Amino acid sequence: MATETGIGASVKRKEDARFITGAGRYTDDVGQHGQTYAVFARSPYARARLNGLDTSAALATDGVVAVFTGADLQASEVGDLPCGWMVKSKDGSDMVQPPHPPLAVSSVNYVGEPYAVVIGETLDAAKNGAEALDPDFEELEAVVDLATAAGADQIHESVPNNQCYDWELGDKAATDAAFAQAHHVASIDIVNNRLIPNAIEPRAALGEYDEASGTYTLHTTSQNPHLERLVLAAFVNIAPEARLRVISPDVGGGFGSKIFVYAEETAVIWAAGQLRRPVKWRAERSESFLADAHGRDHVTHAELAVAQDGRFLGLRVQNKANMGAYLSTFASSVPTYLYGTLMAGQYKTPAIYVEVQSLFTNTAPVDAYRGAGRPEATYIVERLVETAAREMGIDPAELRRRNFIQPADFPYETPVALTYDTGDYEASLNRALDHADYAGFQARREASEQAGKKRGIGFSCYIEACGLAPSQVAISLGAGVGLFEVGEVRVDVTGSVTVVTGSHSHGQSHETTFAQIISDKLGVPFENVTVLHGDTGRSDYALGTYGSRSLAVGGSAIIKATDKIIAKGKKIAAHMLEANEDQVEFEDGSFNVADSNQSLTFGEVAFSAYVPANYPLEDLEPGLSEKAFYDPPNFTYPAGAHICEVEVDPDTGVVTIEKFVAVDDFGHVINPMIVEGQVHGGLAQGIGQALLEHGVYDDTGQLLSGSYMDYTMPRADDLPSFTVDTTVTPCTHNPLGVKGCGEAGAIGSTAAVMNAVTDALGVKDVPMPATSETVWRALRNGGNG
Amino acid sequence: MEIKVKVNGTAHSLDVPDNTLLVDVLRERLGLTGTHVGCDTSQCGACVVHLDGTAVKSCTVLAGQADGAEVTTIEGIGRPDDLHPMQAAFRENHALQCGFCTPGMIMSAIDMVQKSDGRLDEAAVRDGLEGNLCRCTGYHNIVKAVLAAQDRM
Amino acid sequence: MYQFNYHKPSTLTEATSRMVEAEEGAYLSGGMTLIPTLKQRLAAPSDVIDLSGLPGMSGISIDGDIVSIGAMTRHAEVAASDAIPALAELAGGIGDAHVRNRGTLGGSIANSDPAADYPAAIVALDSTVRTSIGPIAGGDFFTGLFETALREGEIVTSVDFRIPDAAAYEKFPNPASRYAVVGVMVARCGDAVCVGVTGAGPYAFRATALEEALAADFSPGAVDGVAVDSSDFNADIHASAEYRAHLVGVLTKRAVARLG
Repeated sequence: MATETGIGASVKRKEDARFITGAGRYTDDVGQHGQTYAVFARSPYARARLNGLDTSAALATDGVVAVFTGADLQASEVGDLPCGWMVKSKDGSDMVQPPHPPLAVSSVNYVGEPYAVVIGETLDAAKNGAEALDPDFEELEAVVDLATAAGADQIHESVPNNQCYDWELGDKAATDAAFAQAHHVASIDIVNNRLIPNAIEPRAALGEYDEASGTYTLHTTSQNPHLERLVLAAFVNIAPEARLRVISPDVGGGFGSKIFVYAEETAVIWAAGQLRRPVKWRAERSESFLADAHGRDHVTHAELAVAQDGRFLGLRVQNKANMGAYLSTFASSVPTYLYGTLMAGQYKTPAIYVEVQSLFTNTAPVDAYRGAGRPEATYIVERLVETAAREMGIDPAELRRRNFIQPADFPYETPVALTYDTGDYEASLNRALDHADYAGFQARREASEQAGKKRGIGFSCYIEACGLAPSQVAISLGAGVGLFEVGEVRVDVTGSVTVVTGSHSHGQSHETTFAQIISDKLGVPFENVTVLHGDTGRSDYALGTYGSRSLAVGGSAIIKATDKIIAKGKKIAAHMLEANEDQVEFEDGSFNVADSNQSLTFGEVAFSAYVPANYPLEDLEPGLSEKAFYDPPNFTYPAGAHICEVEVDPDTGVVTIEKFVAVDDFGHVINPMIVEGQVHGGLAQGIGQALLEHGVYDDTGQLLSGSYMDYTMPRADDLPSFTVDTTVTPCTHNPLGVKGCGEAGAIGSTAAVMNAVTDALGVKDVPMPATSETVWRALRNGGNG
Repeated sequence: MEIKVKVNGTAHSLDVPDNTLLVDVLRERLGLTGTHVGCDTSQCGACVVHLDGTAVKSCTVLAGQADGAEVTTIEGIGRPDDLHPMQAAFRENHALQCGFCTPGMIMSAIDMVQKSDGRLDEAAVRDGLEGNLCRCTGYHNIVKAVLAAQDRM
Repeated sequence: MYQFNYHKPSTLTEATSRMVEAEEGAYLSGGMTLIPTLKQRLAAPSDVIDLSGLPGMSGISIDGDIVSIGAMTRHAEVAASDAIPALAELAGGIGDAHVRNRGTLGGSIANSDPAADYPAAIVALDSTVRTSIGPIAGGDFFTGLFETALREGEIVTSVDFRIPDAAAYEKFPNPASRYAVVGVMVARCGDAVCVGVTGAGPYAFRATALEEALAADFSPGAVDGVAVDSSDFNADIHASAEYRAHLVGVLTKRAVARLG
């Protein structure tokens, strides 16, 4: 049903009414009578033994309610924080997972690692208490540099060579053979810079324990409250799931960093049980910098073998991935199954071999950050392709065209374990070239030169695997959880509809998009659809929001539930209209009997289901509420072409983005306004990685970019307005034909920017971020900065 | 210490510790949780309110400095059925996603438009938003919203 | 924040007495540096003395060729003033809109932050810092990293600037904090050329080698070949000392070009 609020319409968001009036309810806005405040004592050292911890002065501090140490949690059998994805090394051995107690017990391994929590009647009291703690640290030499971490001091007793795993994917022999045939080999050495996610809402938690029922309630800033509950129940041993409710109310952005189960909410919910009082914690931004899981941080050598005619013959990647000090919740999967599997990109490269060595360092844990592995893979592939084009004197757009997987090739099985269902890569590229006025680039470059500036253009034709994920595929590759989603459609007595989804919106606009789907499918007014999410007490077990999965997986579950509603509605209508069920059709919100003028509205059928006077109770249960679980048969494969044009001021090295074009294929689009917004945000983060953002540790493991004074967040005046457009090849295997749009901007854009910068400078590579000094040095050196 | 503040038109007389921030007065004492705290270095702008008609970061104002002042917060500029033109423009232009930076953005944008001595262009709006961080929107639609709202203010 | 006593004196004498009486006092003007410092518990004053209640400390007045700006004058007010356009431009580029709405001239210079903008103007323009004790020549005001010629308890009350024949300020902002990585004010008064530099060194200074070259030939090209000594320059993750030295030259040229 095409309406102003149905599928395909840029409906204004339901969420906005509360957010623009200050009525949003984020975790820090929730307060409970008698609540206490938690402050975490954090390691000032990157690596130290904790030989003792005197808590007496802290306990004697005015207003301090309690002090809990790592040893206290251990004594209470609070479990370690687990990693949920088992990756195996080349030799078949399991990855090595060091113990990760929520509060450090006898050693600390990154600056900011919590080793105690102080609970106070007020925040100030708790802070005073934390300052009164007297830890006995014995500082050790920190392992900070990823490139040399394998040969450095061993951080964890159980982890030789600081190696988590040494993983491979692809056919090594075939790839080596391809390189032996190569006319040209392009190679690059890349550092994929560490990023710090920086959702503007800091993480927070409010733990409560109800003594009468023995039930715990945790409000927290989680992208996946069910996963949070599962870990707290099954691994941390707080309470069985039935006595543990996790609520993620409004959440102020996540970008991956709020997927994970962290020490802080773990300690807070446990402490609430110990104290029989609510315990609240909100990160200060400096804590977010230190202790949120960081992103990216790879050191990579990669090569592309090319035939004389420009065909790609083989791709070889040797990567080191930084895990930080401990394995965060999904850390192991990011540089492996979300990375190596994407190395085919949009191309028919026949032989690919990827090796990834994951290493521990004395830095904050690294895990999924918007795109998670796929931006890193895209960066390798697209920088290599551009390098090959330049070295071989082939137009970079043309070289890509010669290697694209063609529409007729789908389904296309890559040499790195994925089967792409559909796509039309050339269509996206051609559209992007038009928007970018590629034909006019030379004239613009000359105009810049006249003005003493340098201009460059860069491409990135990315692909991502998202809509995570087919459970059996993921589990076979090491995932510790299934990756289905649940949707429940409750038709109310009067025909309004409540939808409960297991996925979570922290900016993605589920309340609007999912309502559009329901309105469209059931013919119910958009205003009469309410979407609930973010509460384990409301929805069945589900997996939450990450990997651009909410619509492709969660939306599909809702469609399945909606289909059940319609099927049951037809049965009810058939009874009421005394027709055969197979004669009843449902269209535009009415149940109609074929070839007749007999018809019932959706509301009439719903009412009958709840007031079953004229109703086949002997055959059919009353009520009109259905639930469905959806497990996708494949990933979805959004893809697109990003083109960036930059101008460089050679006097200062300042890079200005003159134009950014993103043409993406997300399959069918439910709400174009929302999808464009998702792309804009992703682009800002991808551009931020290329030009601005950098998580920097010094040699001793101190975080130098630990506040907004030093970590360069993209601001409004750093960015241009974007040109975004879409092409459509519908996903072939989910009911909506959708692919997911949440990460594409961040996945595609970084390589486009850096290809443009290096083009402008006439150099092979510039390390990210391409800050003004880096660029200035590259120009001075006429080579790598 | 005792302070008197008028917040969103209502006069309050409050006894607060000397080391209280204006944002804590608003959030903790008056329950006006629409004003958010996103950083500790006075950079992010999630806490922006109007103090005697001028946009300030309420995390960087002591309660004592606000004594005798009039404060307007996001809760004081419009209701869902009677939105301020800037609120309406944010909604119409999809200038918010997670909503966390939004109150500060809107309060900054209103002040920017009110203080402009002519029509703001895109560059001026981007420059004027320097003190407000957003991680969701890439600012694209925020800039559109501010430009749209200035015609209606 | 640690506990402290908040005072809002209504006379200069009362303010300075509060400071003398305090175990460890801190003056509060705009609070743009002090309050974040307090929030992060990086300072623990026993008493915070808010200067905003002092009379006659705010506003801009012009008397002949002297522009006098009260110490409590907010950056936004200076930015909106046409008394000295280069100073207005400088003030309009400090921090962000909210900082400019709160931050003050006196607070900025009394802190002698190496990356603050105003110090470039204090040293480049013929200025006099007036205080609760007496005048201090602008050129003598900054004495070190976060150090000034202010004596214990002394309060900046206003700054007098002699209106230059021409002046321009060029800033290269830190991409994260938006403080000055380097800021250069070039001013001409008769035959004299003054080049005030902030951001580059431990405190604002005049680049005398550049001044001499420009006095001989006031053109962008005159800057080429003048070596900027970067031996005591700041270095951080955003800019090395060498890059800062380079920027001093670039920004000076740009300022000179604008004054063409």
